[in-house]
Amino acid sequence: MSISIDKSKCISCKRCQVVCPGSLIKSDDNNKAYIKYPKDCWGCTSCIKECPVYAIRFYLGADIGGMGSLVHTEKNGDILKWIIEHPDGEVSEIDINQKESNKY
Amino acid sequence: MKIKKLKTDILIIGGGTAGCYAALTVSENSDAEVLICEKAHIKRSGCLAAGVNALNAYIVEGRVPQDYVDYAKKDADNIVREDLLLTMSERLNSVTERLEQLGLVILKDKDGKYVTRGNRNLKINGENIKPILAKAVKNLPNVKVLNRVNITDFEVENNRIKGAFGIGIENDTFYTIEANAVIIATGGAAGLYKPNNPGFSRHKMWYPPFNTGAGYAMGINAGAEMTTFEMRFIALRCKDTIAPTGTLAQGVGAKQINSFGDVYETKYGLTTSERVYGTVNENQEGRGPCYLRTEGITQEQDEALKKAYLNMAPSQTLKWIESGKNPSEQNVEIEGTEPYIVGGHTASGYWVDTKRATTVKGLFAAGDVAGGSPQKYVTGALAEGEIAAFSAIDFLKNNEIQAIDLTSTDKKIKEVENFLSDKNSRFTTEQLEEAMQTVMDSYAGGIKTNYRFNEKQLDIADRKILGLQKLSDNLYASDFQELMYIYELRERLTVCRSVIAHLKARKETRWHSFAENLDYPEKDNKNFLKYVNSRLENGEIKIIFRDLQEGGKPYEHIN
Ligand SMILES: Cc1cc2nc3c(=O)[nH]c(=O)nc-3n(C[C@H](O)[C@H](O)[C@H](O)COP(=O)(O)OP(=O)(O)OC[C@H]3O[C@@H](n4cnc5c(N)ncnc54)[C@H](O)[C@@H]3O)c2cc1C
Ligand code: SF4
Ligand code: SF4
Repeated sequence: MSISIDKSKCISCKRCQVVCPGSLIKSDDNNKAYIKYPKDCWGCTSCIKECPVYAIRFYLGADIGGMGSLVHTEKNGDILKWIIEHPDGEVSEIDINQKESNKY
Repeated sequence: MKIKKLKTDILIIGGGTAGCYAALTVSENSDAEVLICEKAHIKRSGCLAAGVNALNAYIVEGRVPQDYVDYAKKDADNIVREDLLLTMSERLNSVTERLEQLGLVILKDKDGKYVTRGNRNLKINGENIKPILAKAVKNLPNVKVLNRVNITDFEVENNRIKGAFGIGIENDTFYTIEANAVIIATGGAAGLYKPNNPGFSRHKMWYPPFNTGAGYAMGINAGAEMTTFEMRFIALRCKDTIAPTGTLAQGVGAKQINSFGDVYETKYGLTTSERVYGTVNENQEGRGPCYLRTEGITQEQDEALKKAYLNMAPSQTLKWIESGKNPSEQNVEIEGTEPYIVGGHTASGYWVDTKRATTVKGLFAAGDVAGGSPQKYVTGALAEGEIAAFSAIDFLKNNEIQAIDLTSTDKKIKEVENFLSDKNSRFTTEQLEEAMQTVMDSYAGGIKTNYRFNEKQLDIADRKILGLQKLSDNLYASDFQELMYIYELRERLTVCRSVIAHLKARKETRWHSFAENLDYPEKDNKNFLKYVNSRLENGEIKIIFRDLQEGGKPYEHIN
């Protein structure tokens, strides 16, 4: 499991770097975020939830059955929207109301 | 390298669940100065980073704290400290209410009562539990947070703590921190054993790979008494994503079945270790793979499950979506993880009294790093953070802060400088880490041997880990992050040696899989209804057997 960062979107706010529990994200020479230690990613999605311009996606490694879909979240009020982009271009979405608790 | 010296009344090491709550408690009950040192950033560090699924430890209506004690005692087949479990259980409900006040969403019925899941759990939306705790700590007067400062050692003289040393991984700084009292709350240890998926996804493990056992190692090296490292925790998890299974088992009542569709859980027993053992055995005897039976659940349950997993282990939801099949259409394959050392699930960690005082004067322990009290989970970690905080406040009243000698600081700085100087090291930190995990996997009961081991293997493991410890003296770090990696490796190696010594000392098999000694495959109640404790004396691990502390009678350190 790891993340990929779209540098063309990144606005160098460093919020992802701040929250990463493994301190794995750094700035490159152009001050854009990149994951320096991709194999060390825990997949906690903290960085993704922080990014104001949705530049970060996570994916499952091929070694654990990943098929290339990319996931990110967008927050709107209490709604945390999870967006899954499939390799064929199809998109699935799941909305979670953060004021509602889990059913299970 | 910059050098900084700081001073505080109470130093909290690790701004996770227990650490944040301890800071909150101190701030609300005294005007003592608190410094939290956190290796990452408190907003999303430690176990709670991705969110949690439920509050696993709560005393529901009609039950009393003693019921929780009895449950944990049974699950660990008696090797628990009832006094610790009881003092923790008595606080579970008050810390839960506090969490709700701080902003955690907990499901309530129309009468405003918490909705329970089984006998001990509450349903929540735990996605943002860590930001909620961090926010509560952020604006407290008298509490300072140093993020990205990784603590590496305690300074202890004559068994009295004086403070700690650490490194600022983003500001290239060496810290000496003097403190009157210290609360250690660094969580447990992952990454000792080879993980389920050692390649690209090596860190897709259950326990945070960034909790590397620092607190255990610092305590061991400072001569603190430690307990029950032989009770390893092996989690039963969804295959590949290593996502928790409790939501499936308790949420939709999914049973453990083998590939023939037979429910096997009843055959082996229902304790935490028996559930793992049963799965291992079914596989070994040719009836694998094993699953949680979700086929046939409703579509509504499908959707609720996908949401619940997004709130704590999003990769499992992604797995369902990528496969194009919902849990109602395919059972969820399960497997055991590599062994972890985690005092919030099993009982490994510091040997503490009911005040959560360790055997080192002025040092208190809370959460996954503290031993004797399994099944703590989130609320138990909060409860222990609270107890440790009150004890630290009390301690300040009768004790003065002690200065750290310059010679100790200089010695530590020399060690750091040595790691930072390029000396054509033969091996990298990563290579030694892999070597350690391979040794533990092969000779100390890892996944490879179905968690089983014998004494001869343990002896080999110990020799090899000792060899790796020596090799680690010569590692080189080109920056402070790599320096942290060297210290993490060294912490893990220290913990590995204690785990091996404890596994060897318990000459019986009380818990399948968790500590399955093939030389002694039976339980031995005559000799081993005892705690296996240890202390480092002159570089050697000394094993201490202690009688069980039963009936909730409070244990006190004698010295
Ligand atoms: C994935 C996962 C899911 C879980 N789900 C649930 C659940 O649904 N319900 C439930 O009740 N329980 C759950 N638990 C258990 C519960 O979260 C833990 O038992 C509890 O949070 C542990 O608290 P802690 O304070 O001991 O550790 P943590 O909260 O992990 O805190 C340790 C802190 O110390 C920091 N640290 C470590 N080393 C150093 C160092 N050398 N210097 C400075 N800082 C350091 C870490 O970065 C971290 O912030 C889950 C655990 C995990 C891992
Ligand atoms: S998913 Fe978590 S561990 Fe991975 S880079 Fe993002 S914040 Fe760091
Ligand atoms: S949070 Fe997003 S915009 Fe900010 S630095 Fe990271 S990737 Fe760039």
